[in-house]
Amino acid sequence: MSIKTKIYDFLGRMGNVLRGGGEKAIQKQLSMGKLTARQRIEKILDPGTFNETDLFVEHKCTDFNMDKKQLPADGVITGTGMVNHRPVAIFAQDFTVAGGSLGYMHAKKITKIMDFAMNYGMPLIGINDSGGARIQEGVNSLAGYGEIFYRNTLASGIIPQLSVILGPCAGGAVYSPALTDFVFVVDKISKMFITGPEVIKAVLGEEISMEDLGGAKVQTEITGNAHFYAESEEECFLQIKKLLSYLPKSNRETPPSVAPKPPRTKLEIENIIPEQVNQPYDIKDIIKCLVDDSEFLEVQERWAKNIVIGFARLNGETIGIVGNQPMYLAGVLDIDSADKASRFIRFCDSFNIPILTLVDLPGYLPGIDQEHGGVIRHGAKLLYSYSEATVPKLTVILRKAYGGGYIAMSSRHLGADFVFAWPTAEIAVMGAEGAANIIFRKEIMNSPDPEKTRQEKIKEYSEKFANPYVAASNGYIDAVIKPEETRAALIHSLTIAKTKEIARPNKKHGVPPF
Amino acid sequence: MDKINIDFTEYKTYLTKKFKYRKRYIKEDPNIIKAIIPGIIKKILVKEGSKVKEGDTVLILEAMKMSNHITAEKDGTVKTIFVKENENVKRNQDLIEII
Repeated sequence: MSIKTKIYDFLGRMGNVLRGGGEKAIQKQLSMGKLTARQRIEKILDPGTFNETDLFVEHKCTDFNMDKKQLPADGVITGTGMVNHRPVAIFAQDFTVAGGSLGYMHAKKITKIMDFAMNYGMPLIGINDSGGARIQEGVNSLAGYGEIFYRNTLASGIIPQLSVILGPCAGGAVYSPALTDFVFVVDKISKMFITGPEVIKAVLGEEISMEDLGGAKVQTEITGNAHFYAESEEECFLQIKKLLSYLPKSNRETPPSVAPKPPRTKLEIENIIPEQVNQPYDIKDIIKCLVDDSEFLEVQERWAKNIVIGFARLNGETIGIVGNQPMYLAGVLDIDSADKASRFIRFCDSFNIPILTLVDLPGYLPGIDQEHGGVIRHGAKLLYSYSEATVPKLTVILRKAYGGGYIAMSSRHLGADFVFAWPTAEIAVMGAEGAANIIFRKEIMNSPDPEKTRQEKIKEYSEKFANPYVAASNGYIDAVIKPEETRAALIHSLTIAKTKEIARPNKKHGVPPF
Repeated sequence: MDKINIDFTEYKTYLTKKFKYRKRYIKEDPNIIKAIIPGIIKKILVKEGSKVKEGDTVLILEAMKMSNHITAEKDGTVKTIFVKENENVKRNQDLIEII
């Protein structure tokens, strides 16, 4: 064969594989409002930076007439590329080829990319769009999934792992996204569940649609399985790129610095925090006044709204923010909010991202459903995560910090580096009403005018304890600061704490209350 | 906006859907055994008035292709049997009362 012929032969072979499942299958995909695997990769990566791996991999299955079937690229596109000039590893399942089903070689392509990502230190983006295991390959499909889950776990905390659910992701397959750091879903396109509607109907007689069982809204609002919600694939890709811009490529690096920018809104506390302690405000209004360019990338915005988490920058450096949200359930801690914050804290700690905690909470949510739901062991996760984290931890107590909530929200006692309090802070074992009812119960009962005594005692307690000075007098907070000075104080603290080194006893790992 | 009471203090705030629709606590009658899974009553092994000992199988519920042996949780007498053989039962349906 001449050189020219060899080249034409190669181009021909490549052309065949690039066509994926063929024109008809591609049209079907597009008609469902979904992009093709290759289109998705093109749109996420910087133009022209995609270097494909394993284009010519073929399945080895001979059962069920599979030896007669050719599956281009074995249903998954894998490779490396750049996002905003920074390397990433990426795979995208091709629904047009055998429904994107996972066979052994399909999985091998993915695990090779995962190994690249771990060894070379770059984020992994996995686009899931698959009918699940390739039944014809039997146990070999399961072996494939197992190898992927194992690597998801080994890579956890070493490289950021992003899962993008752009189609069905059901049964065992959904465990890969569950093991990754951030799950992106798109309305009406993403479907995640372990057992699908047909099985649920057949076995339990309960009827529900795929969308209502595990669609994007369900996963972002009810289950907390997903982190970012988009109305279109395009919007999703923008979210991915935005998230990556805050993160380091691996745990071997610190996050990228950018040019510092002042916030777009000035902090005028009287305009945000109401005079009455039991009136709410939006914690995000405070965040916007503190961070660079007032830019805040919120994570899991639609779930456990009583706590707010997300990424922002202070003086050009990435920080993770955890803040109680008085607008929802008075900002209490409960099962879901403890879960939400704990995982986020551990992610930031894994990837050298300092954590800023903004505190304003009256305590934990009371309720039988909370107690029976295990608020004890779920709430403990928050104490564990904060204590365990060795990244710089900055805390600002804005208003209420009562009881266990005060301890749990990154207090000095859990190893916070700098704890500031505003003059509006109330650091106490509980609110004045509750405290008066308990401590002065006898006096109130025996008083000729119980209500008057109660009000007097509330006022007395409030004046003595509903402030930051008792905590300050014990050195539990480092400084009471004027709200307008907060940003400067935080930037100064971050600069000092950048080279933080802290000794910890050697251990394999702890036993967090899972 | 709604209100929520934490430690005797009332706070003005929004309630989440999950909180508003939370499962309210209903004290269960300890004498009544309910179906933990929907299925078919395959066999009833006792009659009203039968004496049972803790651990005795009182009925067999077939669900998810498995025979589930429903056993008495304490010694006692069967007071009421709410179901018949071959009846389809729903999750949490009352099956049998033992006092």
